[in-house]
Amino acid sequence: MTHRHDMLEKVLDRVGNGVEAEIRLVTGVESLTRFANSFIHQNVSEEISLMSLRVALDGRVASASGTVTDEETLERLVATAIDAAQRQPIDPEWPGVKNPAITPAIEHWDAETAQAAPEDRARKVKEFVDAGPSMKAAGYCSTSAAEVFFVNTNGHFAAGRATTAILDGIHQTGHSAGSGHQTSRDLAGIDAMAVGALAAQRAVDSVDTYDVKPGDYEVVLSQECVATIAIFLGAYGFNAKVYNEGMSFVELGTQQFDEAFTMADDALDDRGLEVPFDVEGTSRRRVDLVTGGVTRGLTYDRRTAAKAGLESTGNAVPGGDGFGPMATQVFIDQGERTVDEMIADVERGLYVATFNYCRVLDPKSLAVTGLTRNGTFMIENGKISGAVNGLRFTQSFVDALGPERILGLGNDARWADSEFGPALMHAPSMHLASWHFTGGTDG
Amino acid sequence: MFEYARAAVEGALAAGATYADARVVISKEESMEVLNQAVESVGSSESAGIGVRALIGSSWGFFATPSITNAAARVAGERASEIARASAMVPGEPIALADVPVVQASWETPHDEDPFAVPLGDKVDMLIRVSKTMQDVAGIALARAGLAFYDTNKWFVSSQGSEIHQHIVESGGGYDATAIGEQETQRRSYPQSFGQYATGGYEMVRLWDYEGNAQRVAEEAVQLLAADVMEERETALILEGSQLALQIHESVGHAIELDRILGWEAAFAGTSHLELEKLRTHRYGSELMNITADATLPGALGSFGYDDEGTPAQRVDIVKNGTWVGVLSGRDSAARAGLPPGGMVRADGYSRLPMVRMTNVGLLPGEGTLDDIIADTDDGVYMATNRSWSIDDKRLNFQFGTEIAWEIKKGKRGRMLKNPTYTGITPVFWGTLDRLAGGEEWVHWGTPNCGKGQPMQVGHTGHSASPARFSNVRVGVRA
Repeated sequence: MTHRHDMLEKVLDRVGNGVEAEIRLVTGVESLTRFANSFIHQNVSEEISLMSLRVALDGRVASASGTVTDEETLERLVATAIDAAQRQPIDPEWPGVKNPAITPAIEHWDAETAQAAPEDRARKVKEFVDAGPSMKAAGYCSTSAAEVFFVNTNGHFAAGRATTAILDGIHQTGHSAGSGHQTSRDLAGIDAMAVGALAAQRAVDSVDTYDVKPGDYEVVLSQECVATIAIFLGAYGFNAKVYNEGMSFVELGTQQFDEAFTMADDALDDRGLEVPFDVEGTSRRRVDLVTGGVTRGLTYDRRTAAKAGLESTGNAVPGGDGFGPMATQVFIDQGERTVDEMIADVERGLYVATFNYCRVLDPKSLAVTGLTRNGTFMIENGKISGAVNGLRFTQSFVDALGPERILGLGNDARWADSEFGPALMHAPSMHLASWHFTGGTDG
Repeated sequence: MFEYARAAVEGALAAGATYADARVVISKEESMEVLNQAVESVGSSESAGIGVRALIGSSWGFFATPSITNAAARVAGERASEIARASAMVPGEPIALADVPVVQASWETPHDEDPFAVPLGDKVDMLIRVSKTMQDVAGIALARAGLAFYDTNKWFVSSQGSEIHQHIVESGGGYDATAIGEQETQRRSYPQSFGQYATGGYEMVRLWDYEGNAQRVAEEAVQLLAADVMEERETALILEGSQLALQIHESVGHAIELDRILGWEAAFAGTSHLELEKLRTHRYGSELMNITADATLPGALGSFGYDDEGTPAQRVDIVKNGTWVGVLSGRDSAARAGLPPGGMVRADGYSRLPMVRMTNVGLLPGEGTLDDIIADTDDGVYMATNRSWSIDDKRLNFQFGTEIAWEIKKGKRGRMLKNPTYTGITPVFWGTLDRLAGGEEWVHWGTPNCGKGQPMQVGHTGHSASPARFSNVRVGVRA
């Protein structure tokens, strides 16, 4: 840490007097073992040393980032950022850099995962593949370890580290596929056989599929589907920048969702996977977004918070000048039902394992089109009666979770993959009153 | 820089690789965004490092480091081989590589005006003027404009003796105006959604009349709020060039990637509806459909001299008179399929494993103009500028939304329509292609945001297209 702290102090020295600056350094290793046709075909690892710098000269703001291993690069980064800032108009909404504060001493770190060898990941892959004998397996097992350091010219310093391990894959028969996923802080916590067994079972159960007519169906959605809904709500709704621009569906204090729905962003939760501060050095904290169906809060960075006369919630993200502050450690309260119990409550509907290729048609209504993939099953009279071909849907995600629309919440919340990737949303399965399917994947 | 790449290759071979290659890549990027006449962000980034790829048995091992020294490069090569060897715990059929010529060469993107030499203030001022023009139109809530420039130097060395230096320059940008109504937003973009990017210098930005189109774009966004909603029906669909380019990207470009066809991307990006045994017999579309993958097109975003395996850029027929005849391939996938290597493997920076990527997958032009097509259409819709896109994992079922549409009645453009969408099945849709505009309206559209692979890689691809008409398409699908 001393070496890295020294590196950051050197950058501050080069910035000079009269300049505000914030500097972030991320170091670590990211590795990913990828398999297809039931063997490992691509196996990669990367050393990371990435520095990001934002400077302000009397409100003229610019940023620079780069892979940094030597002082020459450091000097160039600083010079580039300052030169660019000097050529900018004054930004009247520049909030300044953060004042010193204590960062929560929370680490989501597993030393063994940080040191994981390619053989460790290969063992997990083998267990996944072996869970589906005679099937074709594809997917990946990854480990990442990141140490993050932050300093600014107001004297604020923060440091943290986090690890993540992921196993994600499918098993395929000649005519079908099923998926499984697990994200954990530690690779040892990944139950590869169970993930593989679920994927294999879904694939086997989907061998004989048939078309169903498009229309409105009651649905039981897996954690992956709910995670995708949640991340769209966060990115396009609870994001203060989007809200300020008038593009959000959010009406604070209003019962916009079913009373069973509670959603919060909380990187400090024991189950979290990220460092306890954001790219502006602000400490993360719990942000209640929806409580009992009532929309309660937004995610803020320093800029949007200053505009609203509030404190940042610690949700600034890389590239956030354009995207705005994002919820990236979201926990949705789980219920008490098992998936089988929720299915038992459905007279006629569908169980969906995964959404795919979801895209927003209109951000304000959050109308989204997408497809089902890797396991779509017909439910009749409280039981899975067969597998159906993939379907296209066009559905407002806000309406889908509206008052009286959530009929059941699973007791199975976990980190789930989403349209924006894994390790962001901790979600349960969910039983919804209606979902609008507009066509089959075959026409 | 070649010495570091050589050290990496030597390290990999010494550690047991049967083949290795390495790239030293130094790249820089400059980007700027303006929102409502205020600078939202000005940023620059640079990236430098070595990525080395080692082949052992049935797997590639890859290791990347930002340390550009002989010692670090050699260690990176050794690590790549160690990683490849660990893959043997879950083995498959050994990977073979199709032959390519061994070359010592250099190549540079033809460009007139270094985009990084154009004063930053001039670029930002132009964006502010564009934003102001849009914001001056009553009803515009958001007036956003941006530019981005990329400068990449890469030094490639293979264990078979190739040594290639390339300098690639890319430039582009765009803007959009958003009007916000009751529970809806309407947006218009220029030159297209996501901006228009090309290989080349700042002249590729000057090519488009940024300031001359801003007012029209903003006015159309406001008009859309009051426009009629497109009703759901089957009708003739005329697509503007940039939307057709994305249609090509999604329903042809990804489907013809050989790694997808072979199942190598099955878990994430997906597979393909195409089966290799039907190559040269499968009917992809109508007789008017002629698609090439051409990495040699000057100015197109997917152009280069050599791919990231050292294979020379080339033009490959993909669909000829409606019949599927070609794929996008690299050395390993081509060898597996028994096809010649297409030189279509690229990586997103030094730290990513090279993989099959689209080059410039374009639809060759036909005859006449968009106006001719409209004049020849009795009943239909004309849709322009992408707003949403979604397609299944076999690249079969798609649904696109565009920013704007106009009703076509008796050969004339009529009512403006909002919230336009269309949906279809790839070979059925392409089978209905019945009019295709000519070379005067043929544009090398660029897609700067193509995601593929794990870890995710963002690719820059090109898609040449002129406006075209399709019959009996389902339009107006909504929630």
